Amino acid sequence: MAERPEDLNLPNAVITRIIKEALPDGVNVSKEARRAISQAASVFVLYATSCANNFAMKAKRKTLNAGDVLAAMEEMEFERFLEPLREALEVYKKGQKGKKEVSEQKRKDKERKTDSENDKSREEEEEEEERMEEEPEAEEEEEVEN
Amino acid sequence: MKMSQSNPDKDDHTSSNKKTISLPISRVRLIMKSSPDVSSINQDALFLTTKATELFVQHLALASFNNGSGKETNTLSYSDLANTAEETETFHFLTDILPKKILARDYLKSLEQMQEEDADF
Repeated sequence: MAERPEDLNLPNAVITRIIKEALPDGVNVSKEARRAISQAASVFVLYATSCANNFAMKAKRKTLNAGDVLAAMEEMEFERFLEPLREALEVYKKGQKGKKEVSEQKRKDKERKTDSENDKSREEEEEEEERMEEEPEAEEEEEVEN
Repeated sequence: MKMSQSNPDKDDHTSSNKKTISLPISRVRLIMKSSPDVSSINQDALFLTTKATELFVQHLALASFNNGSGKETNTLSYSDLANTAEETETFHFLTDILPKKILARDYLKSLEQMQEEDADF
């Protein structure tokens, strides 16, 4: 499971992007603020999990389900998330059906394509982010001589 | 309606506006599983928690910016976040990890005052 404390952090590059998208253009977010938001997000996950787990336990279930998470949002007074979450789940479920067959092929294509592209853009995006998600695709990277 | 699987490679830049997710699900699961009572989580619950976390990040950032002092200078600073955590009911659970910063001399002063008050007895 979580062996190092940084395993409980969310990737900074992604968090930064989400913050940027939420704020008006051109807002400067201090490094300290970004780190704080990222930590807050981890705490949010734990809090939501604990609330959701209470609902599951009350119902004598061992597995957290979608209803538990939605109930947790209500309990945490984040009712404003309910509607967007329900919509997102709809889309996600529809997507899951067709995805399985397509994804295998897509993944193979993607690895070939993005490996070369990513090397450049990655360096920019991860200036301060050495440990992103360790995607299995990294193993397949082929050495290209430049 | 456009389905998400039509371009899973391209959702990187727009996903939090659309209905897909950009945070890594595997990492969110790791955080959830670090909670000792949780035994298992189904796929939908995992997806929803990940999506909710994105909404939360947006909501926290925007609320802090709107309440904050940096609107003129177009900045979002740590103190804006700490203030939001303290002043907004729904963000109260964050006060432990977003403590307000105070200067050491102010802290010492308030400590002194407290001692004086105790001594008044």
